[in-house]
Amino acid sequence: MKETPLSNCERRFLLRAIEEKKRLDGRQTYDYRNIKISFGTDYGCCIVELGKTRVLGQVSCELVSPKLNRATEGILFFNLELSQMAAPAFEPGRQSDLLVKLNRLLERCLRNSKCIDTESLCVVAGEKVWQIRVDLHLLNHDGNIIDAASIAAIVALCHFRRPDVFVQGEEVTLYTPEERDPVPLSVHHVPVCVSFAFFQQGTFLLVDPSEREERVMDGLLVIAVNKHREICTIQSSGGIMLLKEQVLRCSKIAGVKAAEITELIQKALENDRIVRKEGGKFGFAESIANQRITAFKMEEAPVDTSDVEEKAEEIITETEPPPEVVSKPLLWSPGTAQIGGGVENSWGDPEESEQEEEDTGSDEAVLLDGAEVDTAPEASNSGSQDAPIVLSDSEEEEMIILEPDKNLKKIRTRTVSTKQEKAPSKKPVKKRKKKTAN
Amino acid sequence: MAGAAAVATKSLAGSRARAASTVLGQVVLPGEELLLPEQEDAEGPESAGQRPLRLNAGTRSRVRVVCGPGLRRSGDRLLVTKCGRLRHKEHGGGGVYWVDSQQKRYVPVKGDHVIGIVTAKSGDIFKVDVGGSEPASLSYLAFEGATKRNRPNVQVGDLIYGQFVVANKDMEPEMVCIDSCGRANGMGVIGQDGLLFKVTLGLIRKLLAPDCEILQEVGKLYPLEIVFGMNGRIWVKAKTIQQTLILANILEACEHMTSDQRKQIFSRLAES
Repeated sequence: MKETPLSNCERRFLLRAIEEKKRLDGRQTYDYRNIKISFGTDYGCCIVELGKTRVLGQVSCELVSPKLNRATEGILFFNLELSQMAAPAFEPGRQSDLLVKLNRLLERCLRNSKCIDTESLCVVAGEKVWQIRVDLHLLNHDGNIIDAASIAAIVALCHFRRPDVFVQGEEVTLYTPEERDPVPLSVHHVPVCVSFAFFQQGTFLLVDPSEREERVMDGLLVIAVNKHREICTIQSSGGIMLLKEQVLRCSKIAGVKAAEITELIQKALENDRIVRKEGGKFGFAESIANQRITAFKMEEAPVDTSDVEEKAEEIITETEPPPEVVSKPLLWSPGTAQIGGGVENSWGDPEESEQEEEDTGSDEAVLLDGAEVDTAPEASNSGSQDAPIVLSDSEEEEMIILEPDKNLKKIRTRTVSTKQEKAPSKKPVKKRKKKTAN
Repeated sequence: MAGAAAVATKSLAGSRARAASTVLGQVVLPGEELLLPEQEDAEGPESAGQRPLRLNAGTRSRVRVVCGPGLRRSGDRLLVTKCGRLRHKEHGGGGVYWVDSQQKRYVPVKGDHVIGIVTAKSGDIFKVDVGGSEPASLSYLAFEGATKRNRPNVQVGDLIYGQFVVANKDMEPEMVCIDSCGRANGMGVIGQDGLLFKVTLGLIRKLLAPDCEILQEVGKLYPLEIVFGMNGRIWVKAKTIQQTLILANILEACEHMTSDQRKQIFSRLAES
């Protein structure tokens, strides 16, 4: 399916809101969404939720022959897939650009930073090494895939246990999980990607853009940092010009965020370890609470509502009442009258296309005049419905006014009813000065 | 004997057709068959019982029952096609039956008023994305007061509020911005500012119900303009960005809140 297009008013609203430092969900400029990490029953399986963006990570291992130029090192393989359930725009053939970009970024962040000790994955030099494969699936796309994916990858790697191997001379013994407990991978450090979105040619920046913010952003800066403030990878896309100070500031912010996220990861891993050790229930099924009212609750959006009431009062006292339209009908013949000029057309004027405000204004105006009201209501009604006046479609400049005979009867009944009712029918009477064309 | 036979027929047949009136308000699943009121007598007696002879066996009292969304006619019965709760309303004649279900994906239905986004202008028509499988087509003459020389001022990316005149599964949907009398009646291009967001279809129906408390409470907060599209899109505009954001968040959250929680939030907003 094609992506839902972004309308002009959404784009304008988002950019204006960002200029006033307001985000759609009420976050501050440097705030991350809620990160939730849950583990499956197998080792190395986890789901990371960054707001509504969900990524599933799964690690598996296999004994293979090593690469020729790296005979003593294990192999790390990363694969991120954008599942079709993540967004309607993701179709099997159509995702290549984004997919390649994300995969490359992930590889640089995790492989080039040497966060996993690949030398320890060697079993027999030159013959058998472990190949660790990390598969990531994007389950829901609500912005900032790269952050969620990098967290899922490193969490899954930290959680994973590989089978134990014992080498004695020429003999290699591979123990099954039942014989000996599997062994965790040796993780040197925990790198995390932090994304910055830039708007208005680099004037405004936001951390952790949501999907709508990503649509209107000018450029994206991704910095992968660990908690020791070591930058693992940095990438700027979108072609915006960034100043040196901006990049430095972003790297400082990234350091702080990475520290927070690393703490969260460690806590999650620790909790899972404790639960497994004590023999409690673990796994995805346990992390979703059913049979409870809160099973389908929504996160509270921290929207600031402090100054709304005063502003509302201000606005109400300061605005003037709607202008009273005094209608001066021109009587053409008994039964036909005309209000207004009838020549100019005000198409596309945004003030007039709102639905709600028009009724009361024009209705009140109609009832204001005294005796002249007789011809006024039916004139406006007949003007819009029966269209005695034809706006020229052809070359003629002057207006043709038809003489309706049968309208006389209709008019009389109408005057009685409009005079008595306070608010006549709910048909919105258009303020536009044009008449309907046949 | 009769009892055992009855049990056997029940288990063999899977789900025996139930009378619609007994299932009102309960959850029904796709594939279930429902009997309309006048058919219950025919199914009543078991196989062993005597059927009462009818003198006018061919004719049955014809009551016009309207089959709403989620239901389909199969022969004499109603077949359920969506899972949800069965509802009924007495509305002239036999009444209306429908299934109240929840979904986010919109399927165009004739007569629905929707908010669309203009994606392309090609010759005489605009292509408007309404959230369905295909973009709807909107002729430029389908605006109030539009003529060949007097074209409406619509750009790509504008929001349009209109209704469907053609919407079936075999054809591309077509929409217009005038009603049958030729008046706009509130339809047309929606103004430039404001925020568009998406909610589930069930919430829209709830908000558009005649006495919606939510809307009345929201209206008391501060002046606003709001347009609901049956395709799950809502356009909101208030005086400041902050107020618009608050409105959008409240409406999105209304789905998950009970009425007490909602009243709490509104009273808190009114105080602050």
